[in-house]
Amino acid sequence: MNNTAKDFSHIKGWGIDADPKNDPTYPMKRRTDAEQQGYSWQRPTQQPVNIEVLHSIERPNVSAVFGTSTPPSGLSGMIRRFAFKYSESSYGHWLPLLLADRVNVVEGVLEDLSKGHVPNIFAEKGWNAEWKHNPKGLVQKVAIGVLVTTAVVVLLSRKKEHKHTRHTGYSEDERYSEDQGYTSNKSYSKHDLFPESKPIK
Amino acid sequence: MLAMNYRGPQRVRIDHKPYPKIEHPQDAIIRVTRSCICGSDLHLYNGNVPDTRVGMTFGHEFTGVVEEIGPDVEKLKVGDQVLVPFNISCGKCHFCKQGLYGNCHESNSQATAVGGIFGYSHTAGGYDGGQAEYVRVPYANVGPTVIPPGMDLDDAVLLTDVVPTGYQAAEMGGIQPGDTVVVFGAGPVGIMAAKCSWLFGAGRVIVIDHVDYRLEFVRNYAQCEAYNFKEMDDPVVFLKRTTDWMGADVCIDAVGAEAAGSALQTITGRKLLLQAGSATALHWAINSVKKGGIVSIVGVYGPTDNLVPIGNVVNKGLTIRANQASVKRLLPRLIEHVQNGVLNPKALITHRVPLEDVADAYHIFSEKLDNCIKPVLIPSSKR
Ligand SMILES: NC(=O)c1ccc[n+]([C@@H]2O[C@H](COP(=O)([O-])OP(=O)(O)OC[C@H]3O[C@@H](n4cnc5c(N)ncnc54)[C@H](O)[C@@H]3O)[C@@H](O)[C@H]2O)c1
Ligand SMILES: [Zn+2]
Ligand SMILES: [Zn+2]
Repeated sequence: MNNTAKDFSHIKGWGIDADPKNDPTYPMKRRTDAEQQGYSWQRPTQQPVNIEVLHSIERPNVSAVFGTSTPPSGLSGMIRRFAFKYSESSYGHWLPLLLADRVNVVEGVLEDLSKGHVPNIFAEKGWNAEWKHNPKGLVQKVAIGVLVTTAVVVLLSRKKEHKHTRHTGYSEDERYSEDQGYTSNKSYSKHDLFPESKPIK
Repeated sequence: MLAMNYRGPQRVRIDHKPYPKIEHPQDAIIRVTRSCICGSDLHLYNGNVPDTRVGMTFGHEFTGVVEEIGPDVEKLKVGDQVLVPFNISCGKCHFCKQGLYGNCHESNSQATAVGGIFGYSHTAGGYDGGQAEYVRVPYANVGPTVIPPGMDLDDAVLLTDVVPTGYQAAEMGGIQPGDTVVVFGAGPVGIMAAKCSWLFGAGRVIVIDHVDYRLEFVRNYAQCEAYNFKEMDDPVVFLKRTTDWMGADVCIDAVGAEAAGSALQTITGRKLLLQAGSATALHWAINSVKKGGIVSIVGVYGPTDNLVPIGNVVNKGLTIRANQASVKRLLPRLIEHVQNGVLNPKALITHRVPLEDVADAYHIFSEKLDNCIKPVLIPSSKR
């Protein structure tokens, strides 16, 4: 499509980097063919490997520098080690890693609890901001959540009731306490959930 | 020190973490002055990038002051104000030598398909990032660049990623004077890609998104056409019709794995993780570029597979160019453009948020609340 006849004087800098010879451009532009010589450059000093670093089996070594954030640990760490037996080209690599990520979330909650810290999921999800900028949406989300939970709890307790009355008998008290657990869940006020809405801007 | 702490999909918080250490003779420790949240962080935030470990600190777009340097650091001194490219690159390997600083072979052990990136999961090297008060910066002789005197920190921080990525998206398009360029995505990267397409002499620039306030913004900021795909029956037919039924010369994917617009792609890519994110925008890009045209991809996808019409790439004879931006290579030219007023990056920043409120900032950016385009986190030392 040729649009060059148009006037572009209103666009500051129009065409200042135009370069008819800019083809091929990056990524292939400045090929040196040095890569045909293989892994032959003078490597930077190796960072001491004093933590566990998993490395892709598509390379022979640990890179000269590496990140030291969160080395593999626990069950998720075991899954990650397993994943690194497979190449980046294999589902055997990526699917276990995704699984490990999910297991790691549970480990994170347990770790928090073991330190006496109950994670404030509402704050972590940034729902203070949702409350400030989209209160309607938040109320909707919470309402849907409550509805779904109610439906599930009612369904489950009905099934249980059925079973229990048939086979073992089910005391009213027990059922009552089950309901209590649920009602207490429901009684959070908006204020409890969002104690402080901090200004953002 | 205070640092962002990832706890699981859509759960982040601020925590106390140990001050980072010099681990390698070419390391520097930087006290962060500005740190942005990027569309790339949303892929991590949503739990879509494998090997994103709980406890990691994200953040790959930051500026700061050099606090400490390793024995082999010659190009920086304590007290320098620097902007730090998001790629970690050694400057010595074959790829760095070719200017492919986003593809360094000496900064990521975990994956050979990408170089090291700050705060970007273990798939990109396992480095803690800059959404913190302090951060360790490896290869400090290579990446970090002293901020030119007089440059606004808000401009400087966008030179670490958004500006070079948008510029490279246009550059990889091989735009020739008069070309019609379609940019998918009106996030910070797409906005910058649209703006930079003119610098290469584009004759017509069209941006596609479905968020009205962003379309409005890009229309003014990049002086281009902008259309909402929700108002079209089929964006590919719309683009064909508006290009005399030929298709665009160049299509740019500035959306990546979080794309909306196709239920099939969204369910398989974002909900079930059966593919490496939703490839809707890339699908549209391939199908709406003209035969023999160029598709330039900067949108980020996961490391497995995606549903794209590869048969059409063959049949149309397309060229596909893609990469992580090579920030260091582009910086000299882009600093010039900012200093000469050709580019005005800081206009993209809509939210300045205290580092402590990182969870709210993620949520606002991710959900596009309060007309957010680009949020920047500011540690207390710099407020
Ligand atoms: N290659 C690189 O070096 C590099 C660097 C930075 C960012 N990125 C990637 O670029 C992409 C954009 O980043 P951002 O910060 O602008 O993110 P963003 O999430 O703010 O913007 C993405 C935009 O795309 C829009 N969108 C969603 N589906 C769409 C569709 N089907 N068609 C058109 N638009 C659609 C969204 O509404 C949003 O405005 C991300 O994938 C990010 O990871 C790549
Ligand atoms: Zn980024
Ligand atoms: Zn390198």
